[in-house]
Amino acid sequence: MAEVTDKLSAIKRISDIYEANRSKISDGLPNWFNNSRQPALEAFQRMGIPGFKTENYKYTDLTRLFENENFRRAFKTDKFDVDLKDVFSCDVPEFDTHLILVVNGWYDESNNQNKSYPEGVIIKSFQKAVTENRDLVEKYYGKLAKVEDDPLTAMNTVFAQDGVFIYIPDNTHISKPLQLINILRSEDDLYVTQRNMIIAGKNSQVKIMFCDHTLLPQNFIVNNVTEFEIGEDAVTDIYSIQNQHNKTANLTGLYIRQQRGSQLVTNAISLHGGIIRNNLNVLLDGEHAEAKICGLALSDKNQHVDNYTFVEHRKPNCQSNQLYKSILDDSSTGGFTGRIHVAPHAVKTIAYQRNNNVLLTNAAKMNTKPQLVIDNDDVKCSHGATVGRINEEALFYLQSRGINEKEARLMLMFAFAHEVLAEVKVEQLRDVIDKLVNKRLRGEVSKCHSCAMDCIR
Amino acid sequence: MLVIKNLYAKVEGKEILKGINLSVNAGEVHVIMGPNGSGKSTLANVLAGNTNFEVTHGSVTFNGKDLLDMSADVRAKEGLFLGFQYPVEIPGVSMVNFLKTAVNEHRKYNNQPALSAGDFLKLMREKKAMVQIDSQLTNRSVNEGFSGGEKKKNEIFQMAMLEPSLAILDETDSGLDIDALRIVSNGVNMLKNKDNATILITHYQRLLDYIVPDFVHVLFQGRIVKSAGKELALELEEKGYDWIKKELGE
Repeated sequence: MAEVTDKLSAIKRISDIYEANRSKISDGLPNWFNNSRQPALEAFQRMGIPGFKTENYKYTDLTRLFENENFRRAFKTDKFDVDLKDVFSCDVPEFDTHLILVVNGWYDESNNQNKSYPEGVIIKSFQKAVTENRDLVEKYYGKLAKVEDDPLTAMNTVFAQDGVFIYIPDNTHISKPLQLINILRSEDDLYVTQRNMIIAGKNSQVKIMFCDHTLLPQNFIVNNVTEFEIGEDAVTDIYSIQNQHNKTANLTGLYIRQQRGSQLVTNAISLHGGIIRNNLNVLLDGEHAEAKICGLALSDKNQHVDNYTFVEHRKPNCQSNQLYKSILDDSSTGGFTGRIHVAPHAVKTIAYQRNNNVLLTNAAKMNTKPQLVIDNDDVKCSHGATVGRINEEALFYLQSRGINEKEARLMLMFAFAHEVLAEVKVEQLRDVIDKLVNKRLRGEVSKCHSCAMDCIR
Repeated sequence: MLVIKNLYAKVEGKEILKGINLSVNAGEVHVIMGPNGSGKSTLANVLAGNTNFEVTHGSVTFNGKDLLDMSADVRAKEGLFLGFQYPVEIPGVSMVNFLKTAVNEHRKYNNQPALSAGDFLKLMREKKAMVQIDSQLTNRSVNEGFSGGEKKKNEIFQMAMLEPSLAILDETDSGLDIDALRIVSNGVNMLKNKDNATILITHYQRLLDYIVPDFVHVLFQGRIVKSAGKELALELEEKGYDWIKKELGE
């Protein structure tokens, strides 16, 4: 019964943290917003900490992570004595982005000023947007990220205070990518809650890049939820580069809804991290919407990367295409669950899914599970999953031309990974990520206390 | 240049080579023929350093050095080249990156500075023209989606780029139409000089219409059972291998 007791105690402890800090958490936020906390707490208490018995978390057991965790909660903005902008000055001249800094889940006001966005674009603290842009936030908050569907989303909603709010008006194109840098920096072990909302209006275009980093070697748990509404005919790319140290658990939930004719590219590049769990939900909610959903995970030592995707085809004539790959070294473990649901009336659906994995050692382990639920017969759907090793024949071929084994292996790993990277549409971005992945495979991005962008130097 | 003495080798526990003896000198072209399963490809793979093949006995020296002691990449950098019977497709590795890495690894091994991007491309253009390879092929991933003939031409192109002292071409002529065969043979002839040597492994005499060998060897049941001049190839083409089996008293 020990396990049950631990689970109960973790639920109780987290509930107690909420009760004890209720006023701090609710501070500065209106009642309509704070009212969502109690139902979320109840949903969390019903579902508990996700463990291997939780169907959707079969491959990522979080009970041990939460069992003894007594981390500080960042209930307000942490003040820093350094100018974070200096730490993160991006040295790649051609890689010109709008930089947005988030520290320990809080939008960093001091470093996010003087922006020259197109007219009508709003990029600000989520907390501020709750009050200042109530019409937008209230319309969408908690609509995609439903608390009853996922315990981590419920927990996020209980504690949600800040994050980033992005609004792109109709017919507005932002040509420079938005680079949202999430920094973890704390002198003690820290639990971070971050809540973002992105609204891309009709016929708008935006490319957003999330970069997750750790600056100090403490233990971190991040619970990050983003709701992303994509309007009709909008073209949006969302890239995520996860580069945190081994004592970080990065738990992300990205909920996306696409309207008619919209296009989406998502690409999650997991370079480094202790436990990474990415929940990606894409709802194709208008005809002719298209989603290209990709991910690449590179893991070693005892790292764990689990990608869970749920693509819901609710309307006819939509297309989704998933490509996830991983390379696992040492004793690292990984998971991929790809759920696709095609609704009864969503005819002419095209839904593809592929998951390829390479294990470099006998100790590395990968679990992969496609889950297709197709409720009509006028669809094109396919899925495929492979778990294999480096192709020995190809390795010998390269060696026979004078390339040493280590370099030959790297070439093959990079070639394997590159298929995912090729899906990054912004050329400069693709080059940067290419270099990062190359360095990671060479073992040169081993200590990740600094921004991955710094590694390009 | 190459001296093979009493070489035995196994693959997956099965003994395939049973005492090979062969000497190859600079400037020579040797042809190894033999029925299927006689050990021709095994010999090529053993010499190139494929670790799936286990040498159980014997020695091989290459330019005075112990070849069996070297890893596959070092053998290549010492000047040995294997033209594969079935070249592997390697999606995602571009021809340019692959060849540039290979050429510069060779140069590093010989204490030469790496080629600049410009010099490398120039070299590639020269060699492409020399072996008449379609210039589009080098814009693609290594062998990916190449036809059989294109793959074989690509082997000759790589050989031209790496300028080996000993090239072992494992059935490079199999499955080639007459034009491709001519291109491949021309490449081999053009690359031939007094300082290098070639071992051609083949089933068919027709390759020898284009390349004139100095020696023809018959490999049978893991041993070289007959060696002679180029006339032996014609005799084999005419009579098959049965008379050799008879001679051996099988």
